[in-house]
Amino acid sequence: MLTIAGIAAQLTELMLAVLLAPLFTGWVNMCRAWMQNKSAPPLLTPYRVLLKLFNKEPVLAQNASPLFRITPYIIFGCMCLAAAIVPTLDINLPFNAAADAIALVGLFALARVFMSLAAMDIGTAFGTLGARREMMIGFLAEPALLMVLFTASLISGSTSLSSIVGQLGRMELMIYPSLAFAGVAFTMVSLAENARIPVDNPATHLELTMIHEAMLLEYSGRHLALMEWAASLKLFAYSCIGIALFVPFGIADGGNWLGILISLPVLAVKLAAGGFLLALIESVSAKMRIFRAPEFLGTAFLLAVLAMLIHFLLES
Amino acid sequence: MPLQTVLAVIVLWLAIALLGIAFARNLRIVAKILFPLGAAGALVLAAAGFAATLGGTASLVLPLGLPDLPFHLRIDALSGFFLLLLGSVSAGVSVFASGYLRPGEGNAPGLQCLYYHVFLASMALVLVANDAYAFMVFWETMALSSYFLVVSDHAKAEIRSAGFLYILIAHVGAVAILLCFGVLQGGTGDYSFDAMRKVALTPFWGTIAFALALAGFGAKAGIVPLHVWLPEAHPAAPSPASALMSAVMLKTAVYGFLRVMFDLMGTQIWWWGVIVLAVGLATALYGVIFSAVQSDMKRLLAWSSIENIGFIFAGAGLAITFRAYEMRSLAALALTAMLYHSLNHGFFKSLLFLATGSVLHATRERSLGKLGGLIHRMPWVAWLALVGTLAIAGVPPLNGFVSEWLLLQAFLFTPGLPQNYLNMFIPVATAVVVLAAALAGYVMVKFYGVVFLGRPREEKLVDAHDAGPWEKAGLLWLAAGCVILGLLPVSVIDVIDQVNRQLLGQGLGNSSNWLFLAPIKPERSSYSPLLFLAVVALVVLATWYLVRHFYHGRVRRGPAWDCGFPFQTARMQDSAEGFGQPVRQVFEPFFRMRRELPSPEDRAPRYRVTVEDHLWHWLYLPIGRVTEFASTLVNKLQQGRISVYLLYSFLTLIVLLFLVR
Amino acid sequence: MALSLPSQFINLLAAMMLLIAFAMLSQRRVLTLINLFALQGLTLTLSTLLVAWATSQPHLYWSALITFLLKVLLLPWILHRLVRKLNVKWDIETLINIPMTMIVGIVLVILAFNLALPISALAGTITRSTLGIALAIVLLAFLMMITRSKAIPQVIGFLAMENGLFFAATSATYGMPMVVELGIALDVLVGMVILGVFFFQIREHFDSLDIRHLEKLKED
Repeated sequence: MLTIAGIAAQLTELMLAVLLAPLFTGWVNMCRAWMQNKSAPPLLTPYRVLLKLFNKEPVLAQNASPLFRITPYIIFGCMCLAAAIVPTLDINLPFNAAADAIALVGLFALARVFMSLAAMDIGTAFGTLGARREMMIGFLAEPALLMVLFTASLISGSTSLSSIVGQLGRMELMIYPSLAFAGVAFTMVSLAENARIPVDNPATHLELTMIHEAMLLEYSGRHLALMEWAASLKLFAYSCIGIALFVPFGIADGGNWLGILISLPVLAVKLAAGGFLLALIESVSAKMRIFRAPEFLGTAFLLAVLAMLIHFLLES
Repeated sequence: MPLQTVLAVIVLWLAIALLGIAFARNLRIVAKILFPLGAAGALVLAAAGFAATLGGTASLVLPLGLPDLPFHLRIDALSGFFLLLLGSVSAGVSVFASGYLRPGEGNAPGLQCLYYHVFLASMALVLVANDAYAFMVFWETMALSSYFLVVSDHAKAEIRSAGFLYILIAHVGAVAILLCFGVLQGGTGDYSFDAMRKVALTPFWGTIAFALALAGFGAKAGIVPLHVWLPEAHPAAPSPASALMSAVMLKTAVYGFLRVMFDLMGTQIWWWGVIVLAVGLATALYGVIFSAVQSDMKRLLAWSSIENIGFIFAGAGLAITFRAYEMRSLAALALTAMLYHSLNHGFFKSLLFLATGSVLHATRERSLGKLGGLIHRMPWVAWLALVGTLAIAGVPPLNGFVSEWLLLQAFLFTPGLPQNYLNMFIPVATAVVVLAAALAGYVMVKFYGVVFLGRPREEKLVDAHDAGPWEKAGLLWLAAGCVILGLLPVSVIDVIDQVNRQLLGQGLGNSSNWLFLAPIKPERSSYSPLLFLAVVALVVLATWYLVRHFYHGRVRRGPAWDCGFPFQTARMQDSAEGFGQPVRQVFEPFFRMRRELPSPEDRAPRYRVTVEDHLWHWLYLPIGRVTEFASTLVNKLQQGRISVYLLYSFLTLIVLLFLVR
Repeated sequence: MALSLPSQFINLLAAMMLLIAFAMLSQRRVLTLINLFALQGLTLTLSTLLVAWATSQPHLYWSALITFLLKVLLLPWILHRLVRKLNVKWDIETLINIPMTMIVGIVLVILAFNLALPISALAGTITRSTLGIALAIVLLAFLMMITRSKAIPQVIGFLAMENGLFFAATSATYGMPMVVELGIALDVLVGMVILGVFFFQIREHFDSLDIRHLEKLKED
């Protein structure tokens, strides 16, 4: 697996993901603006924001420790690895074997722990508030996410994402109620994990309702740019997991360049549809109180469990 | 030879213990010579344990003990593995302890040295005992020496009562273990383990032996509902002793349970495993939920030990069930997961307990609500504790994640069980494992964030100093252990596989190579921590370089943003109680909570919340009341008159004479 | 194991019904509960229609029609009217908290699935694997009746249980004989009317619909 060509394909995929992730965020923002009858920001706005932030001089709080400064790099690294693990263009790339679905959840947990620690580092009330809420969302969302991944891995007999996707992509076309339920559960979990409405609001700066933004309050300049970029990458990675699990058609298998070239436009179309769906969900739902989040994620968990049970009953 | 080496180390430890009494008040000799010597012995012990996992079994009869009842000793892969754990962890703890001992804290240093090394020696002896008599003698020595470590600061009433609770439950457990051996010998009257291996128990007696083993070893390990002593006793002891108790002593209980279930007992019934699994999952969840609401840093870690013991028992339960169905390679997977987790827990828990010890010495403060910002004053301790924090939070690429990953893989195979109910219930129960693991992350962020990050909540914390060189060395050893166990899982599993072969007759069908950990089948699942770390590290370095190269590395310091409210103090950060609030709210039925809310007119408003354990009120207090009632009845016998007492003796004599005749 | 298209859809509808049963179990509002009940009836109608079409069983069309008229139109309408007349739009109180109910519900589903396995192995219908779901729906509706303290949710639970039974009959044996079905439909209707009268009586006596008041009727 660790051949030169494989690594080249892997690096290409990684670079594409890193470069295109802000575009996806821009697309979601654009769709959301359209649906809410606003004039949409240009598609390339996220890039301009990143560029501006990189040029600015970061202001560190007096109390910031080195942990605060290295965290943006670590989180960015984690999200890059996540984007490399998730099968986006080809299912047989060298890094795919480095971490399976469970390790992917662990990877997101690593990023979350670092982010929360960095938020607590300055010692302001809002940072700790954000950290505590983020960790709460984490422990509520992880069981549901793992149940979704388990359902997928029970169907395909593997926890390795590339095997799951390969297996699901080869299955004959029919209705799998379990996958339908798991898909809804996964959507709910991704909304929570990516700090979207109805659990968090990416656009809010009202202190008491923030989760993700509260943790970023003290970041500025290049650190903030990396954090924002990592958030885009996370959204991109989650969308790609959803696509890989629930519409796994058209992903190349075997690492030849032609397959990757073909799967690129397919992925673009699927991502555009996914972004549109995300914007739609965000536009029609209202932000919940923070202590409604357990119910929301509990529902996701229930759906995932039902998916697993229905798989046992109807599909095995 | 490993067995002889182990004995030599034990003799060394006992000699150190005696020397400790000889130089009871000489801190220099005790701390700078005896403890490092003990640490060197521990390293030798670890090497001997490692050798024992590779080369077969060896046994020995010690001509000690009662007449006609010598101590039988034996070393095999299972005891070798646990000796490896004991030696490698206690080496770090001993080195730390030589920097930790201070004059005027609790007992004289020489006495602490005595208890500490007797404790180490008795644990090593428990691991090599090969008959019930020797096992019980060493087991009780272990309980007593650790009791004296717990009450080392015996001037305080709450520490004395914690010690009492500990010794009480330890003895209830010991009675259960003794009865278990009584059942296992199966009427032959031969209490050596070799004889027990040959006895075939009926399912009924097997079940009784299983229940007694679970209760007895569970009481020592701290499974729910026998856990109440643990959060009292572990924090009461000095930090090196807490570290040893949490990291190693609990594992001797795990060892005993495995020894009985997989070695001494021939047959197994599938639902034993289900019970152990259920108990383990309940323990894990209970432990972590309570851990999240603690406001004393050592109690928080003690509750987290309960959680980890829960994971270990859950793995054991799966292994028992798989073995009962003769799915031996899957049983090996579950066993690997739990043994790996035992080893991991040994390293990261002792690391964190020792770090709290350093914090305690630097600040004289255990309450989380009065700490904060120590990463600036104690960078060594803080950064090494970060390794332990990440490891225990179960995030890759450190060691806690590897064992959780293996455990989840074992859970994922349960749909293959030939039992309809199990193969639906157990996959759903996996959610408990994930929930507990995610909550552990929550707990550890709370622990680390409140102690080391943020701003100091008290004025005096500014004077906190970093740990000394011995303490640093001990912490560094343990942190390195966490990293290595996390990065090289394949080599570690090779060692554990020897234990699998001994207990199950079959190893893990391991298709891993040096880079990829892939139990059972490579296309099923694989994980490569080295590659994982390499990619993240490369991206981090590349990003850092690119950002510096294309933009700039300037940075400006300013005050933190105050959100337009300039009167912020360090006390406005989340306290430990505040950080635990979501858990208190989401898992409310688990707690017995009392809140005192201030009224709006209060001039000096105080908010207080106490969280207690339901089980204490539902189980232990009723038992206590019944005991008290029974003792008042017995109390009536006490008259205070000599003639009445003589009458009792007289009556006893008459009755005995009639009975014996 | 390629299933035919209709049976795939029937499986999907069965899963939907199970989901609705859970939604009813977790629902706190009376009006939403009634709407969910109507939705469950609609799903049942659709699946009955599908079974009728796939297996060419003409009498199932009639069952589907009855189900539609009774459970999607008539009963929800009566219930809505009752709620309005009695003015009981308040939130439902539960005797056990909802997360606990959900966990019990999951346990019940696992039980039902396992209990149904041997039976569905015997049945020869194309819908046999949904029998477990039908049983689960019955048990969940029962659970709902147990955990609710107000009268109207209990009645809805009773009606949902009947939905589950009907679904079980369709999946195990392609429906009951027409006479039995008509009889049950009539029974449900009469039961509903009696219960409606009963509600008014309870309220007149106790000024509330809380069935815990009925405990007072016990002679000491």
